[in-house]
Amino acid sequence: MTLTTRMRRATVPAVLAAGALVLAGCSGAGGGGGSGDGGDGPVELTLATVNNPQMKDMEELKGEFEESHPDITVNFVQMEENDLRDAVTKDIATGGGQYDIVTIGSYEVPIWAENEWLADLTEPLSSDAEYDVDDLFAPVKDVVSVDDSLYAVPFYGESSMLMYNKEILDEAGITMSENPTWDEVAEAAREVNSDDVTGICLRGKPGWGELFAPLTTVVQTFGGTWFDEDWNAHVNDPEFTEAVQFYVDLVEDAGPADPVSTGFTECLNTMTQGKAAMWVDATVAAGMLEDPEASEVAGKMGYAHAPVKETEESGWLWSWNLAVPETTQNQDEAIEFIKWATSKEYHQLVGEELGWTRVPPGARQSTYEIPEYVEAAESFAPITQDIMLAVNPTQPGLYEQSWTGVQYVTIPEFQDLGNQVSQDLSDVFSGRSELGPVLDRGQELAQEAGDAQ
Amino acid sequence: MTTGRRSLAISRALLWPALIVAILLTQIPLVATLFYSFQEWNLLRPGQRGFVGFDNYAKVLSDGSFLSSLGNTVLVTGSAVVGATVLGLLFALLLDRKFLGQSVARTLMITPFLVMPAAAALIWKWSILDFTYGMANWGLSLVGLPPVAWNTEMPAATVIMVLIWQFTPFAMLILLAGLQSQPREVLEAAGVDGAGPFRTFTWITLPHLRQYVEITVLLATILLLQVFDPVAIMTKGTGGSKTLSYLLYERAFIGLEVGEAAAYGVMTVIVTIAVAMVALRTLFKVFSEEGLMNR
Repeated sequence: MTLTTRMRRATVPAVLAAGALVLAGCSGAGGGGGSGDGGDGPVELTLATVNNPQMKDMEELKGEFEESHPDITVNFVQMEENDLRDAVTKDIATGGGQYDIVTIGSYEVPIWAENEWLADLTEPLSSDAEYDVDDLFAPVKDVVSVDDSLYAVPFYGESSMLMYNKEILDEAGITMSENPTWDEVAEAAREVNSDDVTGICLRGKPGWGELFAPLTTVVQTFGGTWFDEDWNAHVNDPEFTEAVQFYVDLVEDAGPADPVSTGFTECLNTMTQGKAAMWVDATVAAGMLEDPEASEVAGKMGYAHAPVKETEESGWLWSWNLAVPETTQNQDEAIEFIKWATSKEYHQLVGEELGWTRVPPGARQSTYEIPEYVEAAESFAPITQDIMLAVNPTQPGLYEQSWTGVQYVTIPEFQDLGNQVSQDLSDVFSGRSELGPVLDRGQELAQEAGDAQ
Repeated sequence: MTTGRRSLAISRALLWPALIVAILLTQIPLVATLFYSFQEWNLLRPGQRGFVGFDNYAKVLSDGSFLSSLGNTVLVTGSAVVGATVLGLLFALLLDRKFLGQSVARTLMITPFLVMPAAAALIWKWSILDFTYGMANWGLSLVGLPPVAWNTEMPAATVIMVLIWQFTPFAMLILLAGLQSQPREVLEAAGVDGAGPFRTFTWITLPHLRQYVEITVLLATILLLQVFDPVAIMTKGTGGSKTLSYLLYERAFIGLEVGEAAAYGVMTVIVTIAVAMVALRTLFKVFSEEGLMNR
């Protein structure tokens, strides 16, 4: 963190407190978000981002941008996912104006765009032929657009897939197909599950993103949904119930022994140490499983589409995007930087400077045509691309949706709803409650959220 | 006389600016919380903000989560305070004796309290309670017991364990100070009168320790009522571990309901004060009825 950011962070609360003392409602006091005062002088941009490896790479390479734009400097403020969400939401909702560029998930983009919190990027991006907006992955572009206007640009994107340890499955004489069904996968998991090896690692840790990212894709492929087109909740429907029951049973028979403390990181650990046979999770995980320095199973992994039941595909769709809040005073410069960080040149730069497996995945189709990238990521890149292009964010399940998005519902209440239901489900995992009453309560909560739409 | 009074008046007048600032700084957050608790305000729905009277309070009281969280808080805090005090007393008694390496032992015993709460929760989650690699299950396997999925089977108990581990040294420090302040001659006199160690302990040491126990319980309760880290890191509020502070965090930062969270905050303050008062009164009563101390 740079000195200026730290100072600014300390100043804002102080200024706000002082402002509150003098007169209430002086909300612009801490604003500014940089030293750009509208003049032609040098501009300092503040970028709030999640502390994922791809973002750290971006910070490492920002010097290249600053060299070609001598009037602009970019300061990075990196936070953990939840902290970022809190900090940025508070800043924008209260008109703080601390950040010139923000990293936001695909769940937030439509909600924030509707609140008129984000600058419309359609014109500035499409007017630049070299930037090539049409090269962005179409499904990802869909989830960050509202009424055909682009409010954010994907920095990297992901879907979900089945990752399996070929050695373990081979030993049991099981061959996994390219497009497996959940029944096949469950059968295989139960077969290979033993005291030493977990059949299939599935998350059970409470939290709307942690548990419901994978579980909602199962619900959707079983034909269930959180809401129908008219915002009627369907949480205790037979399809929803069947899907969750299937998931809980599978975890009990062949899943992690302590599901309530198992999330993405825990599954990654078990998998890299060869202690689990299969795992359904984010496509980004593949890069880590194939890293010979951190993983014992590098080169031994097989990849397949996310398992399905009633639908053709059941991968999710998530992207981390760059967006420009309306509160910034340096909109043009911020857009300049966003264009650079999501351009084809940037992907080349990452590959040449830092290594080809570190190129941000799932954002641009042309990335998958770079020969060096294709070679470096041959085991997982083609399937990742296939899945990302195959998922349908406008209708991932059997129900028609009035929102765009796969494993979440883009309404403000969803993170709260998902969080509460996921906590109740932990009692089902441990056998303290029955599934029926838990989903009945979920239905009530969901209907309340649906009524608010 | 008059000059004295005038200089006093001037001194007082000079104090006012500082006093006003102090009052404003301490009371503004409370007033702001009260103000927000009468507002409907979801951060993600900026257009629907408005005054709603006591609606938020009605929601807090009609929704079951407040009462159940209150119960959880009492359970978690109560068990942790009792556990830490009892263990602390035990360790204090051991450390009160002279032995080789006493100061080293004392320093080692205090360490858990010095570990940051978040770090402590992570140590417990990964090194001790992890199903596959944790020391707890390894210990169980040594005596032939099956492994336990701690966070799935008994979330509240895991939080209580961490808290007892962290706060036992805290209790031990205060109680050790109490033990060491015992007048030696009284203990010697008891010995001369023929009292054994047990009688000396129950009739002389415990009554002497009464106020030290009280201060331990009081301080530990105040600190533990705000417990957050182990809940957020280890259990995410599942299975009876959702304390009031975690519930408040969820309403504010996951639900993004500013008004509702403020109402929860106000209710929490009221209930905390009430519970603390009742608890202290009961404690004092128990002590005096037992005749451990005549005040």
